[in-house]
Amino acid sequence: MDPVGIGAVVAVLVIGLAVGLWRRRVDGHLRPVSAQAPGSAAPRPDPSLTAPASGAVAADSAATVPAVVSEPAAFVADQREEPGVIEDSGTDPSAAGQRLDAALLEELGVGEAKATLLQFSSAFCAPCRAVRRVSSEVAAMVPGVQHVEVDAESHLDAVRALGIWRTPTLLVLDAEGRVSRRATGVPAKPQLIAALGEVL
Amino acid sequence: MELDPRGQRFAATVTSVVLVVVLATGWGWLALAQAVVFAITAGDPRRGPYASIYRALLLPRLGPPVEREPAPPVRFAQLVGFSFMAVASVGYLSGVTTLGVVFTAFGLLAAFLNAAFGLCLGCEAYLAIRRMTARNV
Repeated sequence: MDPVGIGAVVAVLVIGLAVGLWRRRVDGHLRPVSAQAPGSAAPRPDPSLTAPASGAVAADSAATVPAVVSEPAAFVADQREEPGVIEDSGTDPSAAGQRLDAALLEELGVGEAKATLLQFSSAFCAPCRAVRRVSSEVAAMVPGVQHVEVDAESHLDAVRALGIWRTPTLLVLDAEGRVSRRATGVPAKPQLIAALGEVL
Repeated sequence: MELDPRGQRFAATVTSVVLVVVLATGWGWLALAQAVVFAITAGDPRRGPYASIYRALLLPRLGPPVEREPAPPVRFAQLVGFSFMAVASVGYLSGVTTLGVVFTAFGLLAAFLNAAFGLCLGCEAYLAIRRMTARNV
């Protein structure tokens, strides 16, 4: 018997249980739509943390590739994400009311539509399939909504610019190409339809 | 190729038990055996030893799966598991026990999360690793 090994087992099981329960609680969790009202879901981020990022985005809006968002700020923003929960994206450096760069949207294959469900997937992603199913069903059901799925790995510039760290990540874009909501994990259909209702 | 997700959960459960035994006993050869199991399963998840046990003992009682899942994430996770257990078994068998304990512990964390919650840690980390390491595509 190895006492250090047994200690490691106990530590790993405690950590694993905490991580797993946290993910289970937030993944696919249906928050009431009223709590999703813009500005009410998440507190505004510390300006000292996000100012460089939004400054970078603003300064970059004239350039062609908006990939200069500083990594630390993007990472700070991303830590706020809850899987499967469609969050206000006010904390996202790419989306502080900013329109995404037209060249970026074109590169990702996002055409004209009243609203777009932009899904980032990867080859090694089991829940991506479920997100694809929910998104395409919603896009087929709600007029004016398109579903665009891109391979995150072949668009790493966009992935960095948009502060995406995990697949699946789903962005809800309005007609002008502004990100209004984002979700990691599998969002529930009603929640997605409600999020679309805000931008349509 | 599509897989029965319940088979994967079963395999992750067996893996977790094996890794707990490895950590508790410090048995390097068992760590190596688990590394070999990971390698076989990464090659073809349906031919994995634990998958064979699942098909022989549990599948007949459970009936055919309602849903199937794609194989690439599973294979990737098994490959990650193999790398970890390869390092761990080298550690244990060469007397660097700390190396063995650390890498087996990470392997156990991933296997446990998969068994208990259906979470694939390697898959979750994949994009993060790519965006940090790849210059561009």
